Amino acid sequence: MHSDLTVLVIDENAIRASIIEEGLREAGHLRVTIVHEVNGIARIIENLKPDVIIIDLENPNRDMMEHLFQLTRTVGRPIAMFVDRSDTASIEAAVDAGVSAYIVDGLKKERVKPILDMAVSRFNAFSRLQRELADARSALEERKVIERAKGILMKMRGLSEEEAFALLRQTAMNEKKKLSDIAQSVVTAAGLLM
Amino acid sequence: MTRPSDSGTNLPLPAVGTARGAKVLRAGFIPLMDASVLIVAAELGFAAREGLALDLVRDVSWANVRDRLAFRQFDIAHMLSPMPVASMLGLGSNPSPTITPFSLGRGGNAITLSLRLFERMQALTGLDDAASALDNARALASVLADMRERGEQSPTLGMTYPFSSHNYEFRYWLAAGGIDPDRDVKLVVVPPPLTSDALAAGAIDGFCVGAPWNMVASERGVGRIVAAKQDIWPSAPEKVIGMRPDWAGANPETVSRLIVALGAAARWCDDGANHDTLAALLAEPRYIAAPVGIIRRVLAGEFSLDSKGHRRTIPDYFVFHRDHANYPRPSQALWIYSQMIRWGQAEFSEEGARVAVSAYRPDLYRAALGSSNGPADADVRLEGAAPDDRFMDGHVFDPNRIADYVAAFPVRAFGASNGSDEDA
Repeated sequence: MHSDLTVLVIDENAIRASIIEEGLREAGHLRVTIVHEVNGIARIIENLKPDVIIIDLENPNRDMMEHLFQLTRTVGRPIAMFVDRSDTASIEAAVDAGVSAYIVDGLKKERVKPILDMAVSRFNAFSRLQRELADARSALEERKVIERAKGILMKMRGLSEEEAFALLRQTAMNEKKKLSDIAQSVVTAAGLLM
Repeated sequence: MTRPSDSGTNLPLPAVGTARGAKVLRAGFIPLMDASVLIVAAELGFAAREGLALDLVRDVSWANVRDRLAFRQFDIAHMLSPMPVASMLGLGSNPSPTITPFSLGRGGNAITLSLRLFERMQALTGLDDAASALDNARALASVLADMRERGEQSPTLGMTYPFSSHNYEFRYWLAAGGIDPDRDVKLVVVPPPLTSDALAAGAIDGFCVGAPWNMVASERGVGRIVAAKQDIWPSAPEKVIGMRPDWAGANPETVSRLIVALGAAARWCDDGANHDTLAALLAEPRYIAAPVGIIRRVLAGEFSLDSKGHRRTIPDYFVFHRDHANYPRPSQALWIYSQMIRWGQAEFSEEGARVAVSAYRPDLYRAALGSSNGPADADVRLEGAAPDDRFMDGHVFDPNRIADYVAAFPVRAFGASNGSDEDA
């Protein structure tokens, strides 16, 4: 039922773009085009005649798009951002998520809102994913440092693995610091002393 | 807290967080040298002294700055001087009422052409190395005519935003040389930090952008600076502090304190004795992330026109404060409106003029700093009439005769202002 709307997604982040594309297809939008860079975008818009353009806010070429839309003679028809300004909550959610949409003037709000909402939720899901990935990476780094600190303590003080870990943990508690911070100090100190 | 006046060669510690209980203002900015006043107010204690904490947020596009201000993610923002005017007139996508009570100063822009194009101008017209901005524009016109005769593609030139000083100044310079910016060349938008790379890669043949990007391109040996903002119109407004009128109305005390803080920061920026400190601050990765040497020379107005050692010193290339550079002068808002009409972005009407001028709020400036700190002459005055403030083509702007002013330009958008002021 939505399949008659043509959606153009401009996102330099290929992974995020494909996540959005997938969401749009799941929602029944089959006419979706993804571009990762804005070179030649004027021609793409002219040929594609999209009803909705979704672009990420981190894209410095948004100003170029503004210029393009200002020259409506080139694009062929007027495009306005956000169908209905009265719906500030969903607009704020979009800006928060870092996504912006351009919509052909006159398009009914009910038809576009689900697309924008979907893009917002996918953008948020992507940010969450990135955060989780970053957390996982730093957790892995921390574990490595703790392993190394344990090894140093075992070797230098003749402790068992269990005793070395207990010593690190007790020191962290006494100093009110994170276990990984204490472990890092041990590794750094060992590097200086050996 | 580090006092700005004590600052030596080392950067003072940021004052952020020193003002306990300070009112926090989120301020968006684009990494350009004309954000100096905002950055200095935030970093060197001027805001804190007024009980404000400026939370500076770097952004990547003017469209973002506009939208984030409209949707309350920013309280105030570093903006192009035409942006509040466009917003009030309902131009562009997502226009939302925006006013400015404070201008961030004058100067900073320049026009750079690719060396290839400039050398062709020299070869064809025997252009002197010391040629004026107008000579350069006329020489480009000759090259463009030559290119048309040979069936070559017209050059692509970059600017920053449809409602920007760069767009209007580039067009002014081209048109003064007899070039139609919509027909004879192709104007495109290029984000400022990418201009030098785009020129080097041949994606564009020239650009008009703020500092330090012209100097970055000329020192790399890819471009030649052919005109500075001062050559086109010395008084031309540049960047401003934008805010929502409803926010300003609800927070009059904060607006006043902000203007006082910005005024003090602007005075500090104007003092050459502080320029080493300012250059070091601006060069930091979180701000402009450009070589400190280039920023220092740009502050001094010592221009490398190209990489071959051609130099030019432009006094007052940046004016942060003196000569009422911070005063949001209504006749300048009207001049911006006249250029929007000239290039087909808007149509003239008395109502349009009333709306355009409402974007600039000298009343807020005077309320904060005292009326005696404003200029003595009229808010709406003739522009470009003073001997030291001429437009490069000699036209004088009379804000009471906008339609006639536009109609008098031989080069303008088709159909721009065919009517006269009497129609309204």
